Amino acid sequence: MITSADIARAVTAAVGEAAVTLRPDAYAAMRKALSTERSERGRRVLEQLLANADIAMADSVPLCQDTGTVWAWVELGENESLTGDVQSAVDRAVEESYARHKLRMSVARDALFDRSNTGTNTPAFVEVTSRTGAGATVHVMLKGGGSDNSSALAMLEPGDGMAGVERFVLETVQAKATGACPPVVVGVGVGGSFDKVAGLAKKALLGSLDEVSADPEIAALEQRLLAQVNATGIGPAGLGGDTTALAVKVKTAPCHIAALPVAVNMGCSAVRTATVEVTG
Amino acid sequence: MVTENMVGSSPRRVSLPLSSQDASSLRVGDEVLLTGPVFTARDATHARLVAELDTLGVLPYGLEGHVLFYAGPTPAAAGRPVGSVGPTTAKRMDSFTPALLAAGVRGMIGKGVRSQAVREACALQGAVYFAAVGGSAALLATRVVSSQTIAYAELGTEALVRMELQDFPVFVAIDAMGNDLYASAADEWRSRSAEESS
Repeated sequence: MITSADIARAVTAAVGEAAVTLRPDAYAAMRKALSTERSERGRRVLEQLLANADIAMADSVPLCQDTGTVWAWVELGENESLTGDVQSAVDRAVEESYARHKLRMSVARDALFDRSNTGTNTPAFVEVTSRTGAGATVHVMLKGGGSDNSSALAMLEPGDGMAGVERFVLETVQAKATGACPPVVVGVGVGGSFDKVAGLAKKALLGSLDEVSADPEIAALEQRLLAQVNATGIGPAGLGGDTTALAVKVKTAPCHIAALPVAVNMGCSAVRTATVEVTG
Repeated sequence: MVTENMVGSSPRRVSLPLSSQDASSLRVGDEVLLTGPVFTARDATHARLVAELDTLGVLPYGLEGHVLFYAGPTPAAAGRPVGSVGPTTAKRMDSFTPALLAAGVRGMIGKGVRSQAVREACALQGAVYFAAVGGSAALLATRVVSSQTIAYAELGTEALVRMELQDFPVFVAIDAMGNDLYASAADEWRSRSAEESS
């Protein structure tokens, strides 16, 4: 049995880690980009981002002032039961950890009718799904406004096919990547339904940047898209160069026979995610 | 041309408030270290500033001649003047910018593409838009030596705050002639790459 308090502890640990520590795979990707980037200005930006990660970790201060909204995704083992009010427990964990780590409160009470700050960075966006195996896996993402605002979704037609998906990804990058603090991580979801495809794109951002997909078709698509994205010339900080993205990560899913949903969730260079395993 | 001003040499040091000589000599693409006061202002702050400007007919809080920094910092740790502080997306401020520049704001620090109206206002008023690197807020915070809330404390992170910068790294993104680095950088890099590989 897993309690909502177990999940809350995992969220607390993950928030503290994600806010101040650049993911090792993102740090390595940035180091690699620094050695291949041909733009002098682009290299200066990458050096600054690497120095930023070093300072944030050494001083235990946030990588970015926009410490984001919190998305907590709980994958529950097939034979586990989850007791207690998970939403409330996660909200309390977020409020406490944001206050303790001195993170910025960035949640408006209502999108349309009351833009006042809740002052607690809650509610968190909580999702619970099931998976095989024991225990639970808790993924946390701190999503900044700039990168989420640079995201997009389209309901393509099946006839648009692979070419349509690639075109949509590239158009979205060209129109919006500059606002997402490049070098970005491009999360791409294809399939599911209108609401699910955005989640797929977001979940794609959790994948390790240096990991080549075991599915050769996905691996080839990711490589092709990365080459196209980096040929745009947008570059680090959008100031010109070879490194517009550190990686493109794709997730696909079944969908309606009439549909081809595609979503791009842009991740900034800090791609602040952390995953914690909980034992039942 | 951006290529005439490619970085590589050491960055130029510029004092704030920005003099009209410095404003007019800075060129798009220049790498600059800023030292002196700026005032943080983002979405809610801009709405209030423009409302006060409309009422008073002049810029409030002595902002004339100064540079606005589009930023909302994290809370300061004990003994530090500010928490992490980096640029937010500038285009959300575009609709307010021409009026503020016309009233005497001399420059802005932010990130990302601006509107044609902002480019034109920079050229008309001799103002400069500086780009700071988004996602480097821990480093940028080490270049802020003091911080003082001037107005709108109730807005929390969106309050109008006077910050004293020391060697704060930026690039000139729109110069006082209205030239725009974001508009040209990707195209120029693509054509340079094409030349190099041909």
